[in-house]
Amino acid sequence: MTSQPKAPLTRRDRWRNRAIAVTGLVTVWVLLWGTFSWANVLSGLVVAAVLLVVFPLPPVTFAGRIRPVPLLRFVVRFLYDLVVASAQVAWLAVRSKHPQSAIIAVPLRVNTDLNLTLNAEALSLVPGSLILEADRSTGTLYVHVIGIRSLDEVERFRSGVLELEERIVAAVGSAEELSLVRRSVPTGPSGSVDLEGAPT
Amino acid sequence: MTVIAVIVTALLVAAGGLTLVRIIRGPSILDRAVATDVLLAVAVAAIATEAAYSRDATALPVLVVLALVGFVGSVSVARFASRRSSK
Amino acid sequence: MMLDAILDTVAGICLIAGALLCLAAGIALIRFPDVLSRMHAAAKPQVLGLLLVLLGCALRLRTGVDITTLVLVGLFQLATAPVAAHMVGRTAYPHDDIRRDLLITDELSDHIDRIRADRAGEPQETSPVHTS
Repeated sequence: MTSQPKAPLTRRDRWRNRAIAVTGLVTVWVLLWGTFSWANVLSGLVVAAVLLVVFPLPPVTFAGRIRPVPLLRFVVRFLYDLVVASAQVAWLAVRSKHPQSAIIAVPLRVNTDLNLTLNAEALSLVPGSLILEADRSTGTLYVHVIGIRSLDEVERFRSGVLELEERIVAAVGSAEELSLVRRSVPTGPSGSVDLEGAPT
Repeated sequence: MTVIAVIVTALLVAAGGLTLVRIIRGPSILDRAVATDVLLAVAVAAIATEAAYSRDATALPVLVVLALVGFVGSVSVARFASRRSSK
Repeated sequence: MMLDAILDTVAGICLIAGALLCLAAGIALIRFPDVLSRMHAAAKPQVLGLLLVLLGCALRLRTGVDITTLVLVGLFQLATAPVAAHMVGRTAYPHDDIRRDLLITDELSDHIDRIRADRAGEPQETSPVHTS
């Protein structure tokens, strides 16, 4: 739980953020047209520049760099979770009329806006977990989880989210954040029983 | 492919019907917003299935628009409901 | 032609699986007891169901222009669906139409009570600390 004061962005960081935004916008523009041509790329650059001038992005501290192998591992595990959770919720809908659920607070270890957003997005997209509230000051997510039957499963879910955070930080976090996550092992009593054995 | 199209159509019609029941029965406005989202997802699936069946990409831009603006409806309903409840 | 048949079959399986997820969401919408659990059901066709249907569509169309469009549809949906879910969930929580008896724990209510206590206690908090 280190919530170090967010340092103001340097000039170089800001230009790098803008470059990333322009690249993303031009990619979307070219995909919308469907064919790659220099006319498309140039007009996309103009549109992206106008957009960034008119609607400037809020400053995001992106400290790390993208690591391809952990990113691939995160995506594969995410798709696996998606399929399993969808099947579970579908089965729950057919089987039980009054499924029990729980609202669980998960304090994340890396308290940056980017990490909070990515974790919330990944959790929201998987059926069975739903973000009710995110506390920016402490970096805590409040998650509504369906199909929870005991306090034991609450702890298992919490350590599952912390493992998800570790995968995300390993994919896009800085070395400092990664060592922070690796150092503080989740302190669940029973640990994760069936969440291990992730496809590597 | 025709068999598949018929099966998918039947499944989607059943899903849409159940969703409509939830939209009509309510009870709260948020239930209706959630059910409308599902109905939109069913409509997107139907349009994509039609495109896949006839191998005709004319309707694909409609999917882009729906995916982009589909969330605006429930966000506005949620904001409206939260403002009313806080009074 | 062999490859075409295989791709068509896979596309058909994807389309049917996506439609089945939509139907499961419809059933869950009818059966589940409160707003929050119905939202879990709603997330299913919006994410996995849509991805499967788009994959099936891409396998049938098989041209570059259409596949890029379908990729964009998937990306936009993945980016926007959590926003709507979060807004609705956040609004639904303080209402009374949530079945509290079906909750195992509620760790958010402590947090909200704490915020309320902080807000209520702010004006009076000054005197006892500084008078010592």
